Amino acid sequence: MSTLRYIYTEIYVIIMPLYQHRLLLAEVRCRNIFRIKTTSCQYHIECTLCRLIPRETDGRVIATRGTQNPKKRSISMKFPLRNSAFFMAACCLFAFAPAAASAGDTIKIGVAGAHSGQLASYGLPTLKAVQIIAEQVNAKGGIHGKKIEVLSEDDLCKPEIAVNSAKKLISDGVDAVIGHTCSGPTSAVMPLYKEKSILVISPSATTPGLTKDKEYPNFFRTVAPDDAQAQVDVDFILDTLGAKKIALLDDKGDYGKSFIHFAKEQFEKDGRAKIVLEEGITQGAVDYSAIVQKIKRSQADVVLYGGYHPEASKIVTTMRKKRMKTYFVSDDGIRVQTFIDVAKKYAEGVYASSSKDTTSNPLAIKAIEEHKKKFGSEPGEFYLNAYTAMIVLVNAIDKADSTELSAVAKALRSEVVATPMGNVSFDEVGDATGIGYAVSKVVDGKFVEQK
Amino acid sequence: MHFDSQYFIELFASGLTKGSIYALIALGYTMVYGIVGLINFAHGEIYMIGAFVFFLASSLLTVLGLPMWAMICIATAASIFWAGGYGYTVEKIAYKPLRNAPRLSPLISAIGMSVFLQNYVMLGQTEKYLGFPEVIPEFDFLEPFASTFSSSDFVIWVTTVIVMLILTWIIKFTRTGKAMRATAQDRTMAELVGINVNQIISATFIIGSALAAVGGILISSHTGSIHYYIGFIAGIKAFTAAVLGGIGSIPGAVLGGLVLGMAESFATGYFSSAYEDVFAFSLLVLILIFRPAGLLGRAETEKV
Repeated sequence: MSTLRYIYTEIYVIIMPLYQHRLLLAEVRCRNIFRIKTTSCQYHIECTLCRLIPRETDGRVIATRGTQNPKKRSISMKFPLRNSAFFMAACCLFAFAPAAASAGDTIKIGVAGAHSGQLASYGLPTLKAVQIIAEQVNAKGGIHGKKIEVLSEDDLCKPEIAVNSAKKLISDGVDAVIGHTCSGPTSAVMPLYKEKSILVISPSATTPGLTKDKEYPNFFRTVAPDDAQAQVDVDFILDTLGAKKIALLDDKGDYGKSFIHFAKEQFEKDGRAKIVLEEGITQGAVDYSAIVQKIKRSQADVVLYGGYHPEASKIVTTMRKKRMKTYFVSDDGIRVQTFIDVAKKYAEGVYASSSKDTTSNPLAIKAIEEHKKKFGSEPGEFYLNAYTAMIVLVNAIDKADSTELSAVAKALRSEVVATPMGNVSFDEVGDATGIGYAVSKVVDGKFVEQK
Repeated sequence: MHFDSQYFIELFASGLTKGSIYALIALGYTMVYGIVGLINFAHGEIYMIGAFVFFLASSLLTVLGLPMWAMICIATAASIFWAGGYGYTVEKIAYKPLRNAPRLSPLISAIGMSVFLQNYVMLGQTEKYLGFPEVIPEFDFLEPFASTFSSSDFVIWVTTVIVMLILTWIIKFTRTGKAMRATAQDRTMAELVGINVNQIISATFIIGSALAAVGGILISSHTGSIHYYIGFIAGIKAFTAAVLGGIGSIPGAVLGGLVLGMAESFATGYFSSAYEDVFAFSLLVLILIFRPAGLLGRAETEKV
């Protein structure tokens, strides 16, 4: 109650000086919540839930409703200066905040993605790649003398948090963003970046709409989009595995759903196989045996799963424990060593599509060595994609000699850069050229590319 | 369409497994609520910590080269001990100082503790998913049923039943159990008749945490992976199960867990997996509309 009074008194303290009347005591009636007495003040201010209507009266004492309580005194009467000073100070604080984002002499690269939460293993290697390259470039003196500053934001692969991360990066004055990790958050934040003409290169957001819809000229990616990936899996299932009955499974997230959506389209267009089951599973659930029973009942030859490795490993484990021989094919969300580490012997025989194998590329070997030296462990998922993204970005800023969007975008499209993933450039919608997809199979605890 | 009994049995089995796990964790929620009137949102994290301690202990013991069964026993004991320790500490830090505060404060404190523990494990261990060792061997006598349920399902059911029986024995036939029931009924009176209420509350937390740790070990062995975030979803589902069965009532927690597990399993099997949560929570809403205190709960009468 006293807080309410304080607030209304504050509003009143602001209004009063506007009317240039000396403040003594004022009567404020507010639906009988509280009242403050006045003696010689000319204004009778009535407020109904924050609506203030000043009315002029004759200068006599305004009678109030109810009894006059001599103890009730205006707080502002007691400490008029304190209250106004506090309010003024609060306003001043807000005035200074935007001034912090000033154009400095560093190039700010934002890294936004899942750095904690269930999908952190997809986002943290990106941050590490950007940090490694930023260090190298700064050691050589930066780009045209400007050092790179890395700003990192965690979006937990959730669209609503990603919007906040994007706003924070924008207000910090970021020049370009490597991110976001997941397709859903990236789709959510692209309008914000487009409005501010900020360049975005994603190492792992694969939903095709981001480039194919041609809405975002500031978006690029160093990973092939989902429809290309789905095509690879579909062709493999129909041609190599020769399956006739397909069960489609997705994790109800943006990435998994869109992957399955394209795969379904391609299956239906081809017509050789029948789709016997289409289901969505809950991410993070405790047990998936019910859905596995359903797959068994549908007598599918192949399960095509769109989603990430945590659920995939649980499903594959449950399937093999139930002695099911169904093939399991999935996307690059599971084409990661973590999947094999977690599913262990049950991962044998699982197929997954991903970017073409780069382990023989000397730049890739060098990049992995750098990670081992700095962080003492093998790099994780999308590390090479992020490494590539950062290299092409640094090169483009260097060649364009500015961080302005159109100049850098032009440089990205016209330059071909040697990267750990091959010789990479970009087409006019922002997809990378030079990155292809292939299907790998788990053999003896390792992914082996199938020709 | 003729009734596919094999399919029904399979769904029933998977529902039983899910339900048993929810029941184990829900017991912790319900016991704490019965005694202190607090929803311990950090309980899901204790489940996760129990799994992690088992993982670490078994990795350590594998190096020593002990036989499998000895390793499991020691690692389980370590896990229960550590999880109990965490439960005790969380209670002392986050809930005891707020025992006389308005109901909202310990609730927020519990949520904060949950986030803290998640990130503590993420930073202290790793953000990656780790492969959990398969501690439940394949039993030969279950081989003919392998396509319906696996041996880890079987072990989960058996363990849950044994744990329930032990817990019921503790509550009904020991002095500590009697003291717990007394404290749950009326804390002030219990203090007046000489029960050390602080000790009883700590004991409750420790027992609940031990149960959660056992649940964590079982389910992590069943799915084969652990991650610092698994406690969150499991905790929410188990809390739902506890409320469904009547929070504050121990048989209610078990019943609620089984009902929730079955509902999810049958919804997935007969309708669509995309709607499994919808069915589970619609069931919760329906039950609460017709029985506001839950299936076996008693409506709290406020003495005026």
